[in-house]
Amino acid sequence: MVADYLERLRREGRIVIVGASLAGLRAAETLRAEGFAGSLTLIGDEPYEPYDRPPLSKAVLLGRASARHTELPHRREIDAKWRLGVAATGLDLTAKRVRLADGDEVEYDRLLIATGVRARPWPKEEEARLDGVCVLRTRDDAARLYQRLRSGPRRVVVIGAGFAGSEVASACREKGIPVTVAERAGAPLVGALGGAIGAVAADLQLENGVDLRTRVTVTALEGDAIGRVRAVHLSDESVVEADVVVVSLGSQRNTEWLTGSGLGAGPRGVACDAGCRAFDFRGIVTDDVFVAGDVARSPHALFGYQFLSLEHWGNAVAQAETAAHNMICHGADRRPHLWMPAFWSSQFGVNIKSVGVPPMGEQLMITQGSLAERRFVGVYGHQGRTVAAVTFDNARWLEFYQRQIEQGAPFPVEFPTVDRRPEGRQPVPADFPDPSLPTHGPTVTLSGYSPADRQLVFTPARH
Amino acid sequence: MRLVVDLNKCQGYAQCAFLAPDVFALHGEEALLYDPRAAEEQRERLARAVAACPVQAITADGLDGAGGATAEAGQGESGGR
Amino acid sequence: MTTQASLVRQITDFAHRADPYPLYEELRRTPVLHEEEGGPYVISSYYDIEALLHDPRISSDAANLAAAGADELSQAENTGLPPSFIRLDPPAHDRLRRIANSAFGPPHTPRRVDDMRGELAAIVTGLIDGFGDARRIDLVDRFAYPFPVTVICRLLGVPREDEPRFRAWVDPLVASLDPETREEAGADFAKSAQEARTQLGMYLAGLVEQRTREPRGDLLSDLVHSRGPDGAMTMMEVLSTAVLLLIAGHETTVNLIANGMLTLLRHPEILRRLREDPRLAVNVVEELLRYEPPVQMVPQRTCIADIEVRGVTIPKGSRIWLVLAAGNRDPERFPDPGRFDPDRGDIQHLGFGSGIHSCFGAPLARLEAQIALAELARRLDNPRLVQDPPPYRRNAVLRGPRHLEIAFDGLR
Repeated sequence: MVADYLERLRREGRIVIVGASLAGLRAAETLRAEGFAGSLTLIGDEPYEPYDRPPLSKAVLLGRASARHTELPHRREIDAKWRLGVAATGLDLTAKRVRLADGDEVEYDRLLIATGVRARPWPKEEEARLDGVCVLRTRDDAARLYQRLRSGPRRVVVIGAGFAGSEVASACREKGIPVTVAERAGAPLVGALGGAIGAVAADLQLENGVDLRTRVTVTALEGDAIGRVRAVHLSDESVVEADVVVVSLGSQRNTEWLTGSGLGAGPRGVACDAGCRAFDFRGIVTDDVFVAGDVARSPHALFGYQFLSLEHWGNAVAQAETAAHNMICHGADRRPHLWMPAFWSSQFGVNIKSVGVPPMGEQLMITQGSLAERRFVGVYGHQGRTVAAVTFDNARWLEFYQRQIEQGAPFPVEFPTVDRRPEGRQPVPADFPDPSLPTHGPTVTLSGYSPADRQLVFTPARH
Repeated sequence: MRLVVDLNKCQGYAQCAFLAPDVFALHGEEALLYDPRAAEEQRERLARAVAACPVQAITADGLDGAGGATAEAGQGESGGR
Repeated sequence: MTTQASLVRQITDFAHRADPYPLYEELRRTPVLHEEEGGPYVISSYYDIEALLHDPRISSDAANLAAAGADELSQAENTGLPPSFIRLDPPAHDRLRRIANSAFGPPHTPRRVDDMRGELAAIVTGLIDGFGDARRIDLVDRFAYPFPVTVICRLLGVPREDEPRFRAWVDPLVASLDPETREEAGADFAKSAQEARTQLGMYLAGLVEQRTREPRGDLLSDLVHSRGPDGAMTMMEVLSTAVLLLIAGHETTVNLIANGMLTLLRHPEILRRLREDPRLAVNVVEELLRYEPPVQMVPQRTCIADIEVRGVTIPKGSRIWLVLAAGNRDPERFPDPGRFDPDRGDIQHLGFGSGIHSCFGAPLARLEAQIALAELARRLDNPRLVQDPPPYRRNAVLRGPRHLEIAFDGLR
């Protein structure tokens, strides 16, 4: 029976993918590569073919690539029906239908949710509407911001020094534009890498001429008579005049369309099992709804089966491949999604890469190189185990540390390494902020154990 | 031609930036910048860069060169680790 | 039947130079082979080699190697010239390599190699035209050797006509990399390698001194005048870097090209396809780097901690050989590894090593080999091997034919 159903699904079933970005595209390709011959529909709220986002805050802002030309290459033909420029607005699990913003409905036999995240907007709507107040998530955002930077602003203010905000600041400095970065924490990148590494990122900003203001929040954006932003008010009572403000306060998961659907979906994403099958709100796993990419949160064996939300490019690809595989195969052939969290950023000419889950780490050891030279490998430890590593311009060593994490290697790191300096002999506190406070740009969110937890109190970032 | 680089895999060997300097560039010692849409006259250089990547991190389409239709050298799942 | 105890010696034995691959296959059956007390730990599986090339407990430092004993090369390096970056660990390695790279590649000099394409093609054309009316030539002496020598001379700024002079110093230095030669020749040999390195250094010092006064836009000039955030190289650092680049710049490429033509002549169908579509050269060269890598092994590493590989503990201070050519034909990594197949989509070879010591000149070597093989395929009419296998160079590390006699019906 089950075998018959699967055979029919593979031959003539209907698969709908909501979300036409990286995860959606790679899932579609995997479905076809693994022999799915039925109908395939991709639904995306943006009117564009799947495109790549990482270049938007780097090559695009630097003018080395066009925001309109970052479409992703296709690995193969996918022969899909594209519904672009129309958002999904609802899901009926019983009737197996997705509702669209234009009133249409699309039926499915199996559904993949890959709706990702969006930029968290400035919370005060009136201020957010001021001309010159931007976010950076989509290619349209990037095209607008690029135009603004080209027009020679007197000063740009970036609110939030996560990865995206820091990359924007880096691009501004490279183009000679004065930039102020306002960050609530004590340094940039602390949510993702902790205060010890954040201090290095702060030095990098200061040395490159960024006016970095830490431990401050933005209290108000001030407009002029014709609705253009003209100044930013900070919690230390200072005022910074600026004609461009980039709001870089992290992201929000696109799950509102699932409200009331019965899925275990909320502000922290859509919970799913290790095989990418979505949980319903009762904590029972569904068998025809799958999740992948930034919007998913799933348990990870290496990290105590905590549910991880990973806003990582590589996770989107790997989870999409796993989800697609599992959508069209027998239970015994299904694979768990066990991707090692990994991300990169480049800013101020420095290549930052990480594997594992740094925010789990209480302690940090610089096992190679030196913080002062900004070329190093840092290893994070949690309860006697190595759980993450970060490199600044030392990427070639990272795979060794990835294996250490996979093996649950002991921490502190006892063995000698080449390029060990005196500073790397002892662990130091990694210095992450209180995890109950949301940070922007965390890239990894540890979201507890309960898949359909409805007791969450979500506190939006306040600046 | 559209292309993307898996920068998780990239270790900054910069073969692409040597062999196709109008498409790929190093930003500092190790970080890679690239234009996701390569111009037609870069076809041959792009093919060299894709093949030379020591970690097979570059995916490009529209390259119908000697390497076959899809110029992706070994995808994530198939390429070992 | 061979016995385990003799496997390493068989590999270094010149008698097996023409086809070491059956020995490598045997080697892989014991992925961590340690045959005699004080001898090296020999690693032959792809994934193990790849992992150790990225392992910060593995050192390339000449001093660590000397402490591990039996390293004649470190004596050869003990000549007043400091070790080159290939025999240093970070941070010293990284600093020197960054400075050298600033003269050679991105981010500082991104177009240097790309700008050489026309020049490379012209040198190749000149050499092939130079075959004249001959219908039988030694491809090594007439092409595979002079081509990369000319290229590295121009790049560095070394007069091409000095080649006979520096060859007399390069040969004993390269031979000193060969384990068997070292063992047979003993102390005298190490001494002559030291002597050669000193002589070569002194010869280059003359050129460097000219550049100090009068820069010329070549690599030697740029090395002398580099003033990046890492500061300048000392004169001695410039010399040891120049010695390294001069030797590595041609001794490996000659083998890549000669191995390449030999392999193509053994696979006439692929040679025919290459003649019809020169773009195939790109994948041909990558597959060659897997199938017949010019550097067969890295015998110059030690571990600075006890490390465990496949359940075997390698004690701190041991010498480690990484047999790249064996890893490249590991069936655990490549399907049908003994087949030369430029169409295999996945050619993530170890031919240039990996990690921080991965081949400095790789992009140039790639371009040289691509252009050379495509042009030889296009222009030689009905080429064939006169002798198969050809006579080989002694060296087990830098392995390739000493001569490659080929016959053909004419030039196109």
